[in-house]
Amino acid sequence: MALIVILLIVQIWLLSATLDAYLSGHDDVVLPGAIVSGLLFAACAGLYSFVHRIESDAIKNRDSG
Amino acid sequence: MDTQLKPAEKPLWREEFSVFKNDERYVTRRQLTKFLTLTSLAMFAGNAWVLVRSRLRGRAAPLPRLPIARVGEIPVDGVKLFQYPHPGEQCILVRLGDTRYAAYSQKCTHLSCAVYYARESRELVCPCHNGHFSVWDGSVLQGPPTRPLPAVRLERQGDELLAIGLSNSGAG
Repeated sequence: MALIVILLIVQIWLLSATLDAYLSGHDDVVLPGAIVSGLLFAACAGLYSFVHRIESDAIKNRDSG
Repeated sequence: MDTQLKPAEKPLWREEFSVFKNDERYVTRRQLTKFLTLTSLAMFAGNAWVLVRSRLRGRAAPLPRLPIARVGEIPVDGVKLFQYPHPGEQCILVRLGDTRYAAYSQKCTHLSCAVYYARESRELVCPCHNGHFSVWDGSVLQGPPTRPLPAVRLERQGDELLAIGLSNSGAG
C-alpha cells in the first residue's frame, strides 16, 4: 500500500513537470514522461493485482476454515 | 455485524450499503488499492493527453499575420492592447525605443491574470501575486511564475507593425 502511494506521488509530480515543460514549449520531455508514467501505472496495477490475490486467498481460507 | 449470510454469499451492494453504520464506513485494503490504482491510471491518461497535444501542435495551422499598430502610433514607453492570434487572446505591445517594439501575451504564466507595463521599472508586472517579467525578452524576474511570457513575433511592413506568430521565449 505504501509503495503504491509512493509511486502515485511520483506520478503526480511527473504529470505536473511534463505539463509545465509542454506549456513552455519543450516537447522533448513529453514522450519519456508518458513512457515512465505508463511504467509506474503498470507497477501500481501489478501491486493491486498482488494485493487482490492475497486477500482472495485469505478470504477463501477463512471461509473454508 | 451482519451474521445471517456468510461473507462469500454477501452481494456487493450489501457490503457497500450496509445497515450497520460501522460496516458502511469500513474501507477494505482492496478497495483502497483499487482507488489508488485508478488514480494512477488517471495520471497516466493525463500524460498521454499531453503527448497527443504535443504531437498535434506541430501540425497546427500557421498563425495569421495581423496588423496591430502603426509605427509611431504610441509614444516611447507607451503600450497598446490588442488581440492575437484569436479574439479573446489579449496581448500587450510596448514601445521600448524609437524603433524598438516588444509584444507579449498579457496572460501571466502563473495563474493567467492580466499583466501591465510598469514604466518606472520598465517591467511587465502581474498584480495578482507580484510576478515580474522582463520587457526585453519576457523572462521571469521575480515571483511565482515559472515560465516566461509568450512573445508575439513582430514584423514591420512600411508604416505598419504586424503580428506574425508566437514564441514561448524571447522578444518578438
